[in-house]
Order: sequence, then structure tokens, then C-alpha cells
Amino acid sequence: MSKDKKLATEPAAGAALAAQPVKEKRESIWKDVFAGIVSNKASLISGIFILLLVIIALVTKFVPGVLPYDPYAQNLSESLMGPSAAHWFGTDIQGRDIFSRVLVGTQITLTVGLAAVAISLTIGVLLGSIAGYRGGKTDTVIMRVMDMMLAIPSILLAIAIMAALGPGIEKAVVAIGLVSIPEYARIVRSEILAIKENDYVAAARVVGDSNAAIIFRHVLPNVLPSIIVRATLGISTAILDAAALGFLGLGVQPPAAEWGDMLGRGRNELFRAPWLMIFPGMAITLTVLAFNLLGDGIRDGLDPKARKR
Amino acid sequence: MLLSVKNLSTEFPVKKGIVKAVEDVSFDVDAGEILAIVGESGSGKSVTSLSVMGLLAEPGHVAGGSMEFEGKDLVHLSEREYRELRGNDMAMIFQEPMTSLNPVYRVGKQIVEAIRTHENVSKKEARERAIDMLRKVGIPSPEKRIDDYPHQMSGGMRQRVMIAMALSCNPKLLIADEPTTALDVTIQAQILDLLRRLRDDTGMAVLLITHDLGVVSETADRVVVMYCGQVVEEAEVRTLFDHPMHPYTLGLLKSIPRLEDDDSKRLYMIKGMVPNPLEMPPGCHFSDRCDSCMDICREKIPDLVDLNGHKVRCFLYENAEGEAKSVSAIAEAEAEAIADAEAARDVEASEALLAAEELREAEIEDIEEASR
Amino acid sequence: MSEHNEQAAGAQAQAGADGTSAPQQDILLDVQHLTKRFAAETNFFGKATSHVQAVDDVSFQIRRGEAFGLVGESGCGKTTVGKMLVNLLRPTSGKIIFDGHDLTAMKPAERKAYCKDIQLIFQDPYASLNPRMRIGDIIAEPILTNNILPKDNVEDRVNELLECVGLANYMRNRYPHEFSGGQRQRVGIARALAVNPKLIVCDEPVSALDVSIQAQVLNLLDELKEQFGLTYLFIAHGLNVVKHVSDRVGVMYLGKMMEIAPKKALYADPLSPYTQALLSAIPSVDPATKKDRIILEGDVPSPIDPPPGCRFAGRCFAKVEGCDEVMPPLVEVKPNHQCACHRYDEGGPGTAVVA
Repeated sequence: MSKDKKLATEPAAGAALAAQPVKEKRESIWKDVFAGIVSNKASLISGIFILLLVIIALVTKFVPGVLPYDPYAQNLSESLMGPSAAHWFGTDIQGRDIFSRVLVGTQITLTVGLAAVAISLTIGVLLGSIAGYRGGKTDTVIMRVMDMMLAIPSILLAIAIMAALGPGIEKAVVAIGLVSIPEYARIVRSEILAIKENDYVAAARVVGDSNAAIIFRHVLPNVLPSIIVRATLGISTAILDAAALGFLGLGVQPPAAEWGDMLGRGRNELFRAPWLMIFPGMAITLTVLAFNLLGDGIRDGLDPKARKR
Repeated sequence: MLLSVKNLSTEFPVKKGIVKAVEDVSFDVDAGEILAIVGESGSGKSVTSLSVMGLLAEPGHVAGGSMEFEGKDLVHLSEREYRELRGNDMAMIFQEPMTSLNPVYRVGKQIVEAIRTHENVSKKEARERAIDMLRKVGIPSPEKRIDDYPHQMSGGMRQRVMIAMALSCNPKLLIADEPTTALDVTIQAQILDLLRRLRDDTGMAVLLITHDLGVVSETADRVVVMYCGQVVEEAEVRTLFDHPMHPYTLGLLKSIPRLEDDDSKRLYMIKGMVPNPLEMPPGCHFSDRCDSCMDICREKIPDLVDLNGHKVRCFLYENAEGEAKSVSAIAEAEAEAIADAEAARDVEASEALLAAEELREAEIEDIEEASR
Repeated sequence: MSEHNEQAAGAQAQAGADGTSAPQQDILLDVQHLTKRFAAETNFFGKATSHVQAVDDVSFQIRRGEAFGLVGESGCGKTTVGKMLVNLLRPTSGKIIFDGHDLTAMKPAERKAYCKDIQLIFQDPYASLNPRMRIGDIIAEPILTNNILPKDNVEDRVNELLECVGLANYMRNRYPHEFSGGQRQRVGIARALAVNPKLIVCDEPVSALDVSIQAQVLNLLDELKEQFGLTYLFIAHGLNVVKHVSDRVGVMYLGKMMEIAPKKALYADPLSPYTQALLSAIPSVDPATKKDRIILEGDVPSPIDPPPGCRFAGRCFAKVEGCDEVMPPLVEVKPNHQCACHRYDEGGPGTAVVA
């Protein structure tokens, strides 16, 4: 069965080969990523949404004047007003405009997401590669430490790390980044273990490639897709973790606007002023969802077999 | 007539269109007969057998034609009725015996269960039957091996267990899909021998699906040759091997390295490769690779014509001297290839001579230098 | 290329096609008592408690310009031999003397210099090409790694190689998944040729391909051998495939070499009972050549700690005294025809059988 099925697609590739004009330009992996995002409606919309968030973050950072209200200015006479034409998302207990605060909040959210992933990605890939390629005792030591980290719920671990480091958004980033290292390490290690066994790695050894050449040319490029996909999904986890820390009051310090923190402060007024939670909550949900869908699109784009079909 | 397949078409809708895996295929299997369906990957031979077994994977489906087993219509059978039939009257063995056996159960338990789902017998009776079956398929000391796990057995042993399981309910038809492809030659010989023996003993019919013409020649009574979803030739086994008619069959037979060949010759090869199922050539599916392709071949698909029981799908046989034409076309192509090879060899030889001469000259120089 | 070409062709002319014993300098590869053991089970401290004797005291020679076929069923160690030759595995003991140099005595760094001289063509054309590299880069890699050509000439060389194996040069920008099995195997062959190797180990290069494509690839290998004066070690599980491409054939069973002979002698007059069974097991499409078939009893036994005596004794149909006690050595029974079987021992128990 599988044999015939494989066939159904295999000559298809052969014919595609005859039909396509000669392409001289080389495509990079990022072109594949882009193709994957565009190929799928959900991921395309997500991509546009995220691009919009990035623009909002940059604009609000460098041109704060575009905001309808100063997100930090208190105006107690307008405290806890519901959504209206003047205040689209309503106001909080100090009378600050929630719409402006949600927009400004993208700055922190995106920074936290990207920075935390950068930390866990770098350390995780390094540890995973060493463990996977070297094997033996190195592997055992690294992976047991990772297992120990995984045995503790990540948010607890993050709280513990923050307790040691003290409060503050930079520290939250470090805590979130450290907490998700094991996931990357495990993925990279298992992928490398599988890829190492492939004949093309053996072929590289036969022609005399060095270990470094084998890792960088044959092993890592084949791990890269799962790393990119995992990182995209990791951004959403990091955003959620940051929101959770913010909700618990461990993240940003007032009066900074951060979605999780806004959510946490809004819970006292949940029944009186539900918009305090609804809009930051929606912002978190949509952003996380967008990164997840984007991750799916990128995965499709990076699978050479899925792409050309 | 045990199994009768008429004008069967099976389709797989994919993103870019519909793959016609099986197109207008007809054949019959008589009781006690070994019919082989032979073809390369993509020929639709496996899909044909899965269609008969009602085991097509989604989104594949039978798009037309009829299949009758002992006069019973198979196409409109409900899933439950099919399950009933598959265990009792029809059985199937696959290429990879490791993946067809459940690794976490002892083989005995799996055979016993197969027996007990289809027949109302006690566990003890079923176990005795299982041991009997294992003995029948040539497993030494079956009383002990029945409690082995699949991974404790070799590939050949596992295939024997699969056969034992398939035969445990005395099927009238056994479908064997590449049963020996994953096995070593000496083990393959054992399994083929076993299949033939079991057929003689029990009188069951065997539908043998394979890509190996050698296996066909040694095992089957009748052969159906498939290419790109169509039957291109059908004949009694000796007729087919002695007088192959379709250029594809001829080419396949010629391209197999044989023990009795003269090795100095290049192997005959069928040029090109199997076409994309979504972009079949408009005429005969084989036209692009055929040495005796005519204009008409590129325009329409030939019919399967019956010449005294030897069926062939080729325009060469619309008139009498077709076979001669096809053979001569291949002979011509072959002669060309040989001429090319010989020309290449001549060049080689002269180069070698030159090289040898140069070496000798160099040597003489060396000696002269040394003597100085 | 051309220089190498002429040299090899010259050597080939000297070597002679039939099995006449060649002078020492014509031997490209001399494998002596090669052995490879793997740990089958290890105890708690990682120490091996039992071994798989994958290759056991195997010796053979390959002459320059010759194609040597190595045949055996799965588990006979033929692939392990190939892997040791291309430095994917280190032998447990024994010598690999290549072109006069003992590869097994070298330090890893030194050994590496000889990597490019012995290349490997893999069995599985799907797993042997990096799916993320373009065909052109795959073929160029060995050239760049070994600094064979200046960077500017690499592209021309890649085109030349593609042409050699029958692929169009616009294909070099494609990815492996766009190719069929036969085309991928051609790419694998081009990669092996890229470094002008002296010896190519072909590990079942056609067993994963369709029948009509097998002939294409076998013919290509044959042509390339003539064109570049290559030397092949051709590994296969069936005697029929090897027959077409090899000059001499060695038959292995369970880690041991059972028989080595020039092709004609081996197929016309197989001495070892195992070779006889292997030959007879090949399904033939021609009923006229069908002999009485030898169907062997039982399976290939486990290679873990094999018992003393002939490895084939358990399945042999021509067993004589002593088969269960001592593994017969590989000896020259007829000129250029070596066989490991007690039936051919001089004055041994089986002499009468042969006579």
C-alpha cells in the first residue's frame, strides 16, 4: 500500500521537474518559511496580525503622541468607565484609558516573548547538540539535569528563579528563558540522534568531512525546521508565562502597562468592570493564537515534501 | 470461478486531481489456482489487491466495475460483511511480517484470537489448532515457538506465522502481497515452496502480488502484467515467459540479469521512467518508453485483445505480425546499444595500448638514465 | 581526470581479465584477516558480555581495474566489510592494505587522507542524500572538502559529473525529493565519482530500485568502470545481480568468507554447498535452466557467539565428519578458486566426495 502511495507522489515530483523552468537563484530557508506562511490562510492572517503588533509596538514606543490618551496618566474623575466612543475599551480604576494601555502593552509582550525565546533557544540548542552528537556520559549528565528541570512545574520554577533574582521585567525574561531550556534541548537532541543515523551523514564522513562540517552542513539544517517551529510556538508560551507572572504581580512594576499585570489588577473588579479583564485577556489570547498558527504555517513551509505538492 | 473482477477502477483524489491507481482491470481467479499480478511500483497491483480485500485507505475508493467472490458482490458489501468474509474465506499476507504482527502479544495468542473471532471453539482447541498450523507451515518445535514474541523470530519465521494465521480459518483465497520481498533468497525459496505445497494440500487459490518475474515464473499458473494501473498482458505462465507479446513485458524480461546470460553484453534497458499518474501520456501509457511506438500509440489507449487466451493491450497485435515487430524493435534497440558499447570499448582499448606504450618508453628512459 | 584515467586503463590492461595471478603491484586492495566484533549485550558497567561476530577473519584481494562481487544473505557481514573499507567502522583486528599502505595501522588523521580514494555508493537512494541540499551542492561538497579543484572550476566539474551519470545539468539546482529513486542513485554515483576515487564500494546499489530502473543503473556502473578504469567492490545479496558486473566473486556466510573464485568458475562450478544453495535459490524466469532446487532447511543462525565448526554446518546438506568441530580454512582448491569446506580438505574426511 504505502509503496503505491509513495509512487503516486514520487513521479509527480519527477514531472514537476520537467515542467518547471530553470531557476538559477538559490532560495534560502527563510524563503521557505515565507512560502509556508503564505500558503495557508490562517497563518497568513496570523502573520499579518503579528506584523501589525510589531508596528504598533514600534510606533507607540517612538511616537507616543499617536495614542488617544497618555497610558500612564491617572484621571480619577473618569475611573472605571465602560467602553464608549471616547474610551473604546473603557478605563481602569485610576481612570487610565485601557485601549492606550493595551496598545503600549504590545511593547513589553513582544520583547518578553522574543528575548525569552532567544535565551532558551541559544542555550537549549547548544546543550541539545552537544548531548546528541557526543552521546555517552556527556549526554547522560546534560539530559539528567534537563529532566530535573522538567520535573518542576515551569511557572513554579520561574517564580523560584524570580524570588532569587528579585522582581522586574528583565528578570522575568531571564526566568522564563531559563525555564524552557529543557524543551529545546530535548527536541534538538532527539532530532540529532535520528539524523545522525542517516546515510547522508555517513556519506559526508566517507568523503572526509570534519565533525564541524557534518554538524553545521548536514545535521543542524535538518534540525532547523523543528527549531524554528518550536521557537515560534515558544514565543506564545513565553508570552503566556510572562502574563502569568504579571498576573501574580511578579513581572512589571507599576505603572508600566503589561497585559498579564492588567489582567491581575482587573480581577478585583471582575463583576463591576469586566472590560478590565476582557480586553487584555483578548489581546493575550489573539497574540498567542496568532503565533501558534504562524508556527503551523512555517512547519508546512519547511517540509520540502509538503511544500511542492 | 472463485473471484471475478470486471472493469475495476480505483481512484485516489489528491490535491491536484484524481490519481487513477487502477483503471479498467479485469481478471478471474479459479479455485486452486495461483494467479500472479506482476508490475513495478505504481503499477496498481497492490491497490488492486486492497480493493478486492476492501482495505483501501481513505480517500481511495472503488470508482467503477464489479468484483464477485463466489458469486457474491463485493463492491456493495457492508464493512461488517466484509470483515466476516476476510477472516473466513479470504485471507491476506503482507510484505513486512514484522509490522503485520502485534509486537506485544505472543504469536500463539494472535493465532488463537484469529481462530476464535471466526469460529466458536474453546481456547484449548484453538491453541491446538494453532500448534497444528505452525507445524504445517514448517516451524520447528511449534509447541515451544507458539509462546515466542514476534521479535524473537527471524523474518522468515514471522512470515510463516503470518501464513499460519491466514490459513487458520481455511480460506478459499489467499492474497499474498509481496510475501518474500523482505526475505533472503534462500528463505524466499522456502516460503514459495511452502505456498505451492499448501495450495496443493488445501486446494485454496492464491493471488500473488509481486514485482519479481522470477518468483512468478516459479510459482504461478497464470500471470497478469500491470503497468500504470492497467492490465497490459495476461496469459498462462509458460506462454507468457516463452512468448511475451507486450513490449513492456518483453523489455522487463530482457532487462533482468540472468545467470545464463553472456555478461559482456550490456543489459537491455527500458528507457525513461514511469510517468506521473496525474500526467499520463494521452495514448498508450507505455508509449513514451516503448521501442516500437507508432503514431496511433500516442493518440489512443489500445484495447485488451484476446488472442486464444493470451490477452495483450497493444496496437501491434491489431494485425497478425505484431509479435515479430515488437521483438525486432527491441532487437534493433539492443543492437544499437551493443554497437555503442563496443565502440566505447575500442576507444578504451586503443587508449590502454597507448598508455602501456608510454609506460614502456618511460621505463626505457629510466633505464638509460640509470646506466649513465 | 584524464591522467588518472590513462593510468588506470593501463593497469587494467596489464591485470588481465581472467583469474591469472597478478604481480603484487596490481593489487589495489588487500584485506587480511579482517575481523569486526560488536558488543551484543553489555553488563551494568557497559562492558560487553557477549559479541556479535559480524566479520570473522576475512581475507581477499581486489586487483586494479577489477570488479569484485561480495555476496551473502542479510547478517553475513558484507556491509560491515564495506563500512570498514570506507572508514565508517574501525576493524577489531586484521589489516586493510590499500595501494600499498596499511590503513588499519594509521592514526585517524592520517587515515582520513585516504578517505577520498575509497568511495561508497549507498543502498537506499532516499536516505543517502541530504534533503536540504541541492543536487549540485551535494556533488560539489566532496570536491570542496578535499580541495580537489579551485572553487571557480567546481561548477563545470559538477556539470561534467551530472552528464557522466546521465542527468541534465539544469537539475543541479533541484532538491533530492524532486527525483525518482533511479535518478537519486545516479546522484549518489556522481558524488562518489567527484573525488576521482580509486575504489568504489557499491553497497547493494540497485536493490531498492524497480526492475526496469535496475538495468539502467547497472549499465551505468558498467560504462563508468570502462570509461574511468574504476575498481569496484560490489556488494549484493543475490548472485544474479553480481554476475553481470563482477570479474571475481566472494561468497560470505555469517561473517566468514566461504568461497572466492573468478566469476565463470563460480557460476559454472560452485564448490561450497552454500554457494550451490544460493545459486539454486534464485528464481529463474527460464524453465529450461531450472535445475533440481536445493531448498535449505532452517534460518541463518544468530551471529552472537557462534559455535565452533563450520558456520554453515547447521543447514548444510553435504555435511561430513568434522564440520561441527572445526571451521574449515579458506584454501585454494583449484587454481584461483578458494573455498572453505571440509569436503575439499587434503586428505581430510571429505576427499572422497570430491573425487
